Amino acid sequence: MAGIIVRRLLGALPVLLLVSLITFGLLRLIPGDPSSVIGGPSATAEQLAQIRANLGLDEPLPMQLVHWYEGLLRGDLGRSLLLGQPVVQATFQRLPVTLGLAFYALIITLIAGLASGIIAALRQNTWIDQLSMMTAMLGISVPNFFLGLLGIIFFAVKLGWLPTGGYVPFSQDPWQWFRSVTMPAVSLAMLQMGLLARITRSTMLEVLRQDYIRTARAKGLPGRQVVVKHALANALIPITTIIGIIVSLLISGSVVIELLFSIPGIGQLLTQAVLNRDYPMVQGGLLITTVFLVLVNIFVDILYAFLDPRVRYDSK
Amino acid sequence: MTASDATTEEPLDIAELEEELEIADARQSPWRLTVVRLFRHRLFRWGMFLFGIIIIAGLLAPLLTDADPNKITMRAKFLTPSSSHLFGTDNFGRSLWSRVLWGAQLSLIIGASVVGLNAIFGTLLGAVSGYFRRLDNPLMRMNDALMAFPAILLAIAVTAVLGPSTINVILALSIVYIPRTARIVRASVIVLRELEYVQAAIAAGAGHTRILCRHIMPNALAPLIVQLSFLFAYAVLAEATLSFLGLGAVPPTPTWGNIMAEGRQYMVEAPWIISIPGVALMITVMGLNLLGDGLRDVLDPRLRIQQ
Repeated sequence: MAGIIVRRLLGALPVLLLVSLITFGLLRLIPGDPSSVIGGPSATAEQLAQIRANLGLDEPLPMQLVHWYEGLLRGDLGRSLLLGQPVVQATFQRLPVTLGLAFYALIITLIAGLASGIIAALRQNTWIDQLSMMTAMLGISVPNFFLGLLGIIFFAVKLGWLPTGGYVPFSQDPWQWFRSVTMPAVSLAMLQMGLLARITRSTMLEVLRQDYIRTARAKGLPGRQVVVKHALANALIPITTIIGIIVSLLISGSVVIELLFSIPGIGQLLTQAVLNRDYPMVQGGLLITTVFLVLVNIFVDILYAFLDPRVRYDSK
Repeated sequence: MTASDATTEEPLDIAELEEELEIADARQSPWRLTVVRLFRHRLFRWGMFLFGIIIIAGLLAPLLTDADPNKITMRAKFLTPSSSHLFGTDNFGRSLWSRVLWGAQLSLIIGASVVGLNAIFGTLLGAVSGYFRRLDNPLMRMNDALMAFPAILLAIAVTAVLGPSTINVILALSIVYIPRTARIVRASVIVLRELEYVQAAIAAGAGHTRILCRHIMPNALAPLIVQLSFLFAYAVLAEATLSFLGLGAVPPTPTWGNIMAEGRQYMVEAPWIISIPGVALMITVMGLNLLGDGLRDVLDPRLRIQQ
C-alpha cells in the first residue's frame, strides 16, 4: 500500500511540473506588453517600468523561469495587484469557502446520484427508471446559473425560505452557513448528480448481469443482500474513479455559482482578478486550485487501489 | 465528463434487426444501417427535434427577426411577451425575440467552431500519440497537465490573457477541450494499432500516413463522433457561462449568457429576460445530449450489446 502511495505521488510530479510551466507561460502569452494593459493608456514610462519590475518581466525569460520556481519552492507566488496581499495568502483565505461549498455539493451529488442510479437500475424500464433518467438528463442540461436564478426567484424572493445570497462562515454560525449555502450547493450539484446517476445505472446494470449475481440469487440469498453486498460493492469500484472528475467539475461550476450568490470563494476571487487584470492573482489562484485537484485525484487513485486489490498487481 | 454512462436503448430484438437489415440492403453501405437505427432511436429523434429548433432559429435569425437586436427603444422597455413582442423586451426596450435568436446563432457558431477545431487538432494529436509510441509519452503528459486544470477556470484564465471576444472564447474552449478529445482518439488508436489487419498493412509495406488515414482512423470514428456531440453541448454551456461572467463576446452583441447577466437585476419584475435565454440554452444542451446518447447507443456496439 505504501508503495502505491509513493508511486502515485511520484507519477504526479511531471504533471505538476508541466502545470506550473503552463501557468508561468500564461502571463507571457498576453499579446503586447502586459504592463501597458495593467497600467492603462495614461501610465507613464516610469510607471510601466515599475509594473514590469514588480512582475519580474524586466528580466530575461530564463531568469524569470528560475525566479518563478524559486518562488514556488518558498511558497511565494507574488502579490495580488488588486488586493495588495500575497497571492498565496489571498487564495488560502478563500479556498475553504469554495471547498465547503463543493463538499456540501459533493455529499448531495453522492447521495442523490447514487440512490437514483441504483433504483433506476433495479427497476429497469419501469416508470421509476424513466423518471430518474429524465431527471438526470435535465440535471446535465440545465445550466447551473439558470437553476440558481430560478431558485432565487422561488425560494428566496417568492417564498422567503432562504437568503438571496451572501455568505456566513461556518465557524461563525453553522445554521446560517447551512442556510446560505444550501441553494448554491443544490444548483451546483445538479449536473454532477445527473452524470453520476447515469453512470451508476449503467454500471449497476452491467454488474447485475454477472454470473456471481445469478449464483447469489440461485443459492437463495435475500434480494437486499444480493443488491447491497454483491452488486453495489462491485459497482462502486469503477464509480470511485469518477469522483476526481466530479470534484473538478464542482470547482469549475462554483465559479459562476459564487458570483451569483455573492459567496467569497476562489471562483469570485479569480473572476474579479480576471476582470481587473490582476495577473499574478489569476496565475496563483489557478495553480493552487489545480495542484489541489491533482492531489484529490491521487487520493482517489489510492482509494481505488484500496477498494480493488486487483489494481495493486497489474498497473504500474 | 465521459460518454460512458447510461444507455437508453431497448433490448436487442432479432426480428427488428432482420427487418433493419432488409431495409438497409446488403449491397449498400453500413452507414445506411446506422442511419436507419438512429432514426429508430426514440431519444435520438427527440434530440434532433430539440436541436433542430435551435438550428432553425440560428440559421433563420436574419429572416425571422425584423428588429435590430441592439435597437434601444426606451418607451418600450420591460414589455411582457405578447403578439407584437414575442419574447417581450428588456431594460433598454430591445426586442428579446431578436436578441435570443441572434444569440442562438452565436452559440451555434461558437459550439461548431470548437467542435471543428477539436475534430482537427484533437484527432491529429490523439492519432499521432496513439500511433507513434515514442511521441506518446511526452504528448500525453502535456495532455494530462492541461486536463488537470478545472475546465472553466482554465477557460477564464485564457480569456483573461487574450481578452474577451468571440474568437478568444473559441480559442479558450478549444484549448480546454482538445486534450480531452485527443485522449479519446488515442485510446481507440492504441487498440486498433495492434490488430492483425493493421499489422498486415504494415507487412504489405503501407506507409504510416496511409495506415493511419485508411486503416486506423475510419475505425476510430465512432467514439470520436459521440465525443464531439457531447462536446458541442459542453462548449455551448461553457460559452454561456463565460459570457454570463462577462468574459464572452463583448456587449451589446447578444449572447444567451450576457442577456441573462443583464437580466439578473430585473429577474423578479421581468423574469422572462432570464428565463427565455435560459430555456433556449437548456433546449440546446438537452438536444445535443440526447443526440450524443443516441449516437453512442447506435455507433458503439459494445454498449448496445450490454444492454
